[in-house]
Amino acid sequence: MNRNALIAGALLRPESLRRLSLGDWENLVGWSRAEQLLPRIAFAAEQLKGLEIPPAVRRHLDSARLAWEGHRRAILWDVNRIATTLAPIETPVVLLKGAAYLVAGLRPAPGRAFSDIDIMVRRETLDAVETALLQTGWQMEELDAYDQHYYRTWMHELPPMQHAFRRTVLDVHHTIAPLTARRAVDAETLFAAAAPVAGGPKLYVLAPVDMLLHAVIHLMQEGEFDKGLRDLFDIDQLLRQFGEEPRFWPALLARSAEHGLDRPLFYAVTQLRRQFETPMPGEFLEEIARRGPPWPAKQLMSAIFHAGISGNSPRLARDFLYIRGHYMRMPLRLLVPHLARKFRHRFDPAEA
Amino acid sequence: MRVSDLSAASLAQRLGGGELLFRCGPFTARPTTGIASVVDNFRLLYTDYDLAEGFADFRFEIAPPAGLRRWIRPQVLFSFDGDRPFERFPADQAYPLFEWGFNWCIASTTNRYLIIHAAAVERGGRVLVLPGMPGSGKSTLTAALVSRGWRLFSDEMALVAIEGRDIVPIPRPISLKNESIAVIQSFDPAAVFGHTSHNTAKGSVSHVRVLTADVRRAGEVAQPGWIVFPHYESGAAATLTPRAKPATMLDLASNSFNYRILARLGFEMLCDVVERCDCYDFRYGNLDEAIAIFERLSERG
Repeated sequence: MNRNALIAGALLRPESLRRLSLGDWENLVGWSRAEQLLPRIAFAAEQLKGLEIPPAVRRHLDSARLAWEGHRRAILWDVNRIATTLAPIETPVVLLKGAAYLVAGLRPAPGRAFSDIDIMVRRETLDAVETALLQTGWQMEELDAYDQHYYRTWMHELPPMQHAFRRTVLDVHHTIAPLTARRAVDAETLFAAAAPVAGGPKLYVLAPVDMLLHAVIHLMQEGEFDKGLRDLFDIDQLLRQFGEEPRFWPALLARSAEHGLDRPLFYAVTQLRRQFETPMPGEFLEEIARRGPPWPAKQLMSAIFHAGISGNSPRLARDFLYIRGHYMRMPLRLLVPHLARKFRHRFDPAEA
Repeated sequence: MRVSDLSAASLAQRLGGGELLFRCGPFTARPTTGIASVVDNFRLLYTDYDLAEGFADFRFEIAPPAGLRRWIRPQVLFSFDGDRPFERFPADQAYPLFEWGFNWCIASTTNRYLIIHAAAVERGGRVLVLPGMPGSGKSTLTAALVSRGWRLFSDEMALVAIEGRDIVPIPRPISLKNESIAVIQSFDPAAVFGHTSHNTAKGSVSHVRVLTADVRRAGEVAQPGWIVFPHYESGAAATLTPRAKPATMLDLASNSFNYRILARLGFEMLCDVVERCDCYDFRYGNLDEAIAIFERLSERG
C-alpha cells in the first residue's frame, strides 16, 4: 500500500488497522512519524475496541502519545502566559490554528503536532504587544533589514518570536492574509465573530467559518506543502465537526464569497474528496464547483496540488506551489525581486 | 543468525536494499545504505549483533543527496523514513553520521524509557552512570573501563526502564575523538577500531567495537549503583568528591532527553534512580588511576 493511502486509511477508517500485517505496521509507524502524524494514529488506535496491537508497535504509539501530552502541557502553559502578559492591552487575543484547536477542544486537536503558537491581535496595538512580549522573555530572531521589512511591511505578522527559556515560537498576526494579498480579509469582521474560550484572560478563537477558511488559506497560500497532508486533515476534521450543524454550510459559502476565498476553498474541497472522502452536502459541492475556475486551470491546479500533497511530489510541483503561494500574497513588482533574492540564497554554494 | 554469518557481498546487498534488520539492546533497526565506508565499518563493528525478523523500530538511510553536487564535492544525507533532521555532511563522515543518526532515532522517539545523556557501564550487578558534556572524557573513560572488565551498556545514553527503574543496555560502538583515539589504542591494544573520519565538526572520530560478551548480554538489565560526573583535566590526580543528591537530580534532569515529556513520571523515576545511587564528582588526568578508583568503588559495593 502506498504511503498516503496507508496513512489516510488509518486516520479515517481506523477499522483498517485490524487488517495490518507487521510489515504494514512498520510502514505506518515510520511514515506517519515522518509526517508528524504518529500521535494521531495512536489516538485512532486507542479508540478501536479490542484491537490487538503487537507489543513492538504499541511502544511507539505510547511514546508518541506521551510526547504529544508533554507538548500539549507546554503549549497550554505558554498560551496562559501570553494571555496574561497581553491582558492589559486593548485587544482580544485570538488563537489561531493548532493552539486554537487545542484550547477550544476541537476535533483536529488530539494527536496534532504543534510547531508554533499563532495569535492575532488588533493592528493598532502591535507595538504595545511587541513591547510587552519582549519584556517577558520573548526574543525576536536576528533578521537582516530586508527580512524585517518583509515581515512588517508586506506580511501580516511580526517577525517570529521565540521564548528565551521555553523555546516556543510565537507568530503575532493582525489579520489572516497578508496586507499585500490581492484578496484582503477584513480583520474587523474576524474579531467581531470570534468566540471567547477558557485558558487565559481575553482569549478568543475564530468563528467556525473563519477558522475553516483560515485553514484553507494556510494550506493553499502559505506555500508550505511539506506538511500538506496534515493541514488537509485539519480541514477534514473541522468540516466533520462543524458540518454537523446544517447552517454551517450556507454560512461557509457566504463567508467565502465575502472574503474572496472561493477559489482556494474550491481547491481544498477537490483535494478533500480525493484524499479523505470528507462528507459534504450535495448543494454545497454544486455551488462551490460553480465558483471554481474554468476547465483547463481546474485540471492543472488540481493535478499540481495533488502532486504537492502526496509525499512523493516532484521538486517542480513544490517549487510551483511555493511561487504560487507568494503570487497570491504579493503584487508582481514585489514578488519578482523577492523570489530572485530567495532563490539566489538557495543556490549560493556558501550557504549550502 | 548474526551479521558475521553474512558474506561481505550478501551484507552489502542487504544494506543496499533495506533488507537487513538487526537487534541492538531493546530495539531493532533497519538501516539502508549503499555507501562503501558505511558498509565496511558496519561489517567490522556490528559483526556480533543478532539479525532479527519482523518489525523494525527504526528505519534510516545514509545516502548521497540527489543532484549534481555528488560529482563535485561528495556529500551524504541522513533520512529517517523520509524525514531529514540534519544538514548534509561531507562523504568522508558517512559512518559517524550513521551512528549520530541512529542515536537521534532513539533519543527523539523513545519515551518508554527515561533517557539520560550519559555513558553507562556495569560491574557486580550495579551500573555506573557517567553523565558528561562533550570534552568531559566520558567516552574515553568508558572505553578504558570496558577494557578492564566493566560491561558496556552505552557510551551515549542511559535508558531507565519505567517498570523496575533498572538501567537497560544498548551496547553500540564507542565513539572516540581526536587524542582519545591514540590514548585508547595504547591503553587497550586489543581494541578493534573502525576507520577514522577526519575533519568532522568534532574533529577526528573513530569507533571502538563492543566486546562480543557485552553484545551477547545486552538483554541483562541491572540496577543503578553510582552516578559520577567526570571532568578530565590534564595532569590532575584522580579524586572522587561526594556530591549532593538534590543537585545531582537537577543536573541529570537537564541532561535528559525526555525528562520534560515524562513530566511527573520522569520526576519520580529520576528521584528513585538518584536515591539508589552514590553520587560523586570525579576529576582525573590519568586512566590507570581512574580505573583503580572505580575498582575500589565497586569492591565496596
